Amino acid sequence: MIISLEHYLILGAIVFTLGVLGIFLNKKNVIIILMSIELILLSVNINLVAFSSYLGEISGQIFSMFVLTVAAAEAAIGLAILVVFFRHNGTISVEDINKMKG
Amino acid sequence: MPYINSIMFLPELILTIGTLFILTVSTFLKNISFKFSFNASILLLVFSLYSVTFDIDTNLFNYDNFFDNGAFIDFIKILILFGTLVFFLFSEEYFYDLNLDKFEIPILILFSVLGMMIMISCNNLISMYLGIELQSLSLYILASINKKSIKSTEAGLKYFILGALSSGILLYGCSLIYGFTGALNFQEIELKLSVLPQLDLGLIFGLVFIIVSLAFKVSAVPFHMWTPDVYEGSPTPITAFFAIVTKIVAVGLLIRFLILPFGQFVDDWSQIIIFLSISSMILGALAAMTQNNINRLLAYSSIGHIGYMLIGLATGAETGIRGIIIYLCIYLFMNAAVFTILLSIKINGKYIENIKSFAGLSKKYPIISFIISIMMFSMAGIPPFAGFFSKFYIFISALESKLVFLAIIGVLSSVVAAFYYIRIVKIIYFDDGLDNFEVILNFRRKLIIFISTIFIAFFIIAPSYIIDTAQELSKTIF
Repeated sequence: MIISLEHYLILGAIVFTLGVLGIFLNKKNVIIILMSIELILLSVNINLVAFSSYLGEISGQIFSMFVLTVAAAEAAIGLAILVVFFRHNGTISVEDINKMKG
Repeated sequence: MPYINSIMFLPELILTIGTLFILTVSTFLKNISFKFSFNASILLLVFSLYSVTFDIDTNLFNYDNFFDNGAFIDFIKILILFGTLVFFLFSEEYFYDLNLDKFEIPILILFSVLGMMIMISCNNLISMYLGIELQSLSLYILASINKKSIKSTEAGLKYFILGALSSGILLYGCSLIYGFTGALNFQEIELKLSVLPQLDLGLIFGLVFIIVSLAFKVSAVPFHMWTPDVYEGSPTPITAFFAIVTKIVAVGLLIRFLILPFGQFVDDWSQIIIFLSISSMILGALAAMTQNNINRLLAYSSIGHIGYMLIGLATGAETGIRGIIIYLCIYLFMNAAVFTILLSIKINGKYIENIKSFAGLSKKYPIISFIISIMMFSMAGIPPFAGFFSKFYIFISALESKLVFLAIIGVLSSVVAAFYYIRIVKIIYFDDGLDNFEVILNFRRKLIIFISTIFIAFFIIAPSYIIDTAQELSKTIF
């Protein structure tokens, strides 16, 4: 079987959907949300690289390099905020992020 | 001659070098680091505000079209820098009061301003993404900067999760648009799209994903859920920064992105914008009624304002963009005055959070009460104040573009929204309250309140200057 562009796009779409579902369905742990965000960004990278090699154009791969770096920075900041939050709450369960409502 | 034309990025260059300089110096200063970084930032902003006007013609060299330049972009840059300057002028005492006098705050603000300037001048999907990220990553930290407050950390966490989700959605949209056009540059995308009779399925998906993500940034309903929580939890000056500056730049980016590469497919995207606009106006009007926290109320108020601005965008016409530009100016001044007053009033040494604690303010401080009333009437859109004109020009553009139902919904929801604005006036003038107010106004705050009040109250006398400028600017986008 030849692996064509469509297969990569379907893979990307599945990983993206898993990431979004991971954010919305998860009730337990904020760390899982961070992992889901990484999944979303990686699915974008699959898409970009697949398109780039299909089109024979390099700029998509350059874009994916930028995405990788920014994803690292984003994870660092997310974890830092999570640590500060944990010091107050003593838990990082998603259900406990409820001090403000309305 | 690359170096001659790189002067087109003079404001950004000044801001970058200056911020790095302040960061480096501040780390070596011990006790006065906050004072130094705060005042140096004001100086830096004044310089880069001044340098926006230097921008020289663009076409020779612009980093492979990564960035664009023009009258509209310069205007939004001026609004951004002006709004940030306002933030710096009214916020210093608050940070001392809450022991938040860390030198990182001005630096993070400056980095986010740099991100905003990249966002508004971007001409490429990569630079758009990088600008948005530079802005948001700084804002996540700023929202949770008060480490001692559980609300502030929770606000930061919520903002981070939803912001990261929205940038993931943006990227997915970017990847689809790249795949189906083979280009990242806005002009090249426009060129590739111009030969299409209609949008492909992949391009429609890409466009919708990017609009959704930008709707997160402007907090249009149904992507608004982070706004009230973040506004309530963050320190009040940071809330003011969110309300004033980030909204302006997100609206600017939305205009540029939709009009520039996707301009010929107005019919496709205007349906989405109409939906966002109607739901934002209605929810902004209804949900604010039950709020007692002033920051939450202002959050819903800003959601409503975004709804009105999106009417102008939904028309996709010059008059609509003109209306948005006028609206943004007036919005900036109204919010600047409201937040300055909010930060100046204390009860028993604490800042006001509940609306009901305004009761009885008018007896001790009649002038401040009068100014709050002007601002509330202006936000409600009651003539002769400026807020009336901002809505007036938006509705005119809707009528000209045959979007009559949008104008009708807009008028009705602004009548409903008038309820909660006028309720604040009623509490100030007619409710009995305690007498322990303390209004601290230094020269900087007086200056902001004075200028904003003059602008809002006397806009009716000479509106033509702003309107003509907006007219000129709206022509340059198309």
